Amino acid sequence: MSARRGYDGVAVAVPVTVPYVRYSVRSAHWWLARALGELLERAGLGKEAVDGLTVSSFTLAPDTAIGLTQHLGVSPRWLDHVPLGGASGIVALRRAARAVQAGDAEIVACVAGDTNHVDSFRLTLANFSQFARDAVYPYGAGGPNASFAFLTAYYMRTYGATREDFGKLCVAQRANALKYPHALFKKPLTLKEYLSARPIAEPLHLFDCVMPCAGAEAFLVLAEERARALDVPYARVLGAVERHNAFPSDPIQMRAGWALERDALYAQAGVAADEVDFVETYDDYPVISVMQLEDLGFCGKGEGPAFVRENTFTHDGSFPLNTSGGQLSVGQAGAAGGFLGLVEAIRQLTGAAGDRQVAGAKVGLASGFGMINFDRGLGSGAAILAAP
Amino acid sequence: MTQALTRPKRKNPVLRTRLPTLPPGARSRIALGLTAAAAEGRFALQVCRDCGAVQYPPREACHACLSVRLEWRAQDGAGELLADTVLHHSNDLFFRERLPWRLGLVRLDAGPAVVAHLHGDVRPAPARVRVTARLDRAGQAVVVALPDKETPHMADDRALREFACDPKFRKILVTDGKTAVGQALVKALAAAGADLIWVGHTEPWKKFAGFDALAELPQVTLLPLDVTDSKSVREIAAEIGGKVDILVNNAEYHRAFGIGNRAGIETARAEMDVNYFGLLRLAQEFGPAMRSRGADGQSSAVAWVNLVSIYALANFPPHGTFSASKAAAHSLAQCLRAEMRPAGVRVVNVFPGPIDDEWNQLMLPPKVAPEALARAIVQALRDGVEDVYPGDVAQEWLERWRENPKALERELAA
Repeated sequence: MSARRGYDGVAVAVPVTVPYVRYSVRSAHWWLARALGELLERAGLGKEAVDGLTVSSFTLAPDTAIGLTQHLGVSPRWLDHVPLGGASGIVALRRAARAVQAGDAEIVACVAGDTNHVDSFRLTLANFSQFARDAVYPYGAGGPNASFAFLTAYYMRTYGATREDFGKLCVAQRANALKYPHALFKKPLTLKEYLSARPIAEPLHLFDCVMPCAGAEAFLVLAEERARALDVPYARVLGAVERHNAFPSDPIQMRAGWALERDALYAQAGVAADEVDFVETYDDYPVISVMQLEDLGFCGKGEGPAFVRENTFTHDGSFPLNTSGGQLSVGQAGAAGGFLGLVEAIRQLTGAAGDRQVAGAKVGLASGFGMINFDRGLGSGAAILAAP
Repeated sequence: MTQALTRPKRKNPVLRTRLPTLPPGARSRIALGLTAAAAEGRFALQVCRDCGAVQYPPREACHACLSVRLEWRAQDGAGELLADTVLHHSNDLFFRERLPWRLGLVRLDAGPAVVAHLHGDVRPAPARVRVTARLDRAGQAVVVALPDKETPHMADDRALREFACDPKFRKILVTDGKTAVGQALVKALAAAGADLIWVGHTEPWKKFAGFDALAELPQVTLLPLDVTDSKSVREIAAEIGGKVDILVNNAEYHRAFGIGNRAGIETARAEMDVNYFGLLRLAQEFGPAMRSRGADGQSSAVAWVNLVSIYALANFPPHGTFSASKAAAHSLAQCLRAEMRPAGVRVVNVFPGPIDDEWNQLMLPPKVAPEALARAIVQALRDGVEDVYPGDVAQEWLERWRENPKALERELAA
């Protein structure tokens, strides 16, 4: 493996969340506009100062990033559309960081957002991908529920995980979410409630599944010195990786691209897994969080259940995980779900996480996972950030 | 284990009739290769002609070597169920009405993994299964995993019945009971568990050969029906149209010869009047009621069978005007299929070679025995296929036609 150039000097700043709602009559453009607007306002910048833009959205059609430039009246000299769902945040960060390092852009706004009309989710599923339309959607599963039911059932059978293990993650994340003002779920969740919830696609029950909603997330990528000049709190990018359609011959997905890229990630970042103070996994279903913990080296493959039993996962406990509640407790605002962990990581590393602040957080890891094209998620990525 | 189906109770006419809904029917063009094979009862997947890799889902290029030379080849479907789920939720109306619904992820021995509907007798994962393709109510192919060994009452499975048009406990109209094929059909449908069989005959004032044998069957009701008489068709449709679950249109007028050996158009007109306009009259009178009953409980309206002919694909000059009338019927049946599909009612077209009857006296064997034809139609209903080519001659003509239709035209003219 050739040495990868690091992300020295690149900062991420201004974590923005446009408060989520279950349903919205606005279009995706509205949510993305609000995200960009808040980025500029909080950074004290005019539109012209942001010369790079990445856009991620499922519901922006028929527009893409280019159409959004005219809609929002911006004239970037560097533009990228990153339609990678849950992997969008990490990938947008990587693209933007390289643009900043190369001087193709000075300040890149990475925005992600989706609306959710009453029928949006069904329409997104019906037209998600060619493979999904031909080989999954006609089977009635209603999107990724069935795919994750298969993965969860297989994982439970193979590695001895129990519903209680997955429930522990959901319950801990809900506890974190109660200290995150933007979380749509405001009530505590008990393990008993988790276990007695109605079945959706066995073995998945209600609290294993994210709730689709409308919302947006955003952050800025810029040089460290520029962040200092703007006087905005920032985090440094220590390392970032992506890998897509990894292990295509595995008959069922028990691992993803993180397993291939993990060593490169830690080498690039110059930290070891046990030096990471908190982790934000992509969590549309708890089983995929456990797989990320394994593939990213926090425990071995198949050791996820034991790892879950040994830790508490609350922001103030052992192994703080999904400290804002994750998508399971905040809601899944389409492609913004792929930004949620990264945005929360920036908050944690800039001391902006309020009551859920992880004490002494210096190094955080955020990972992404996305695009259930047929029977598995194709995109994966991870980034390690550090306080300056 | 599957519970044997029981005869449904009489319908309460005051209660709502459930309206037909369809599973999602959109497919990419390449994926319709699965449908094309399933329409004939085959499970075929794309195989790379360069490296042999088997592909799924359907695609334009080989996932292993990037070759675009992919061809559809029949598969045995042997595989292992890796994981299964029971859906308790769906965003789709069709499935919402049928929850809970079982799905599985199967790794085929041939390589790819498939998401499949599960027969109720498939054991929880891990389990060996036999994967096949069936047409769903939208008329599109879906993958179905069956237990690897036959189980009792297998055909009565709730999920499988959604893909089939099983005659069991269904009410069936056979439009012509006077022919050998008609009588074989009635007996085969009765043996397959049909609840009630109306049998049409054109001249009710006289008994035809085999009348008594039909009348003895407890399921059979003989009805005067003449498909060349619009009034007759309308009256019978008014009487029974709202109850017919399967309509088998076997009425046929068949004479030999083409153009030069015949004076005038009277014979050709008679062929058209039965073979083409007969179908049109039936479709206009029975179609609407059957469409409205496409999801009417366990014994819904489910299928419309047309006795076409392999001569519909390419004209057989010694039976030239008959071929033309069957080509017209085939074309109309495609229109009927398009119009019945939104209701989930399957149009089954049957393309036999020469039938072993009096009008094919001079044809050399092999010919299709009426009993064999009837068996093929019952099997087609059970398997839910929509194009049936029964008998060796039909199979051979089909293959020759698919390979080179121009060559077949020349060969038939020889």
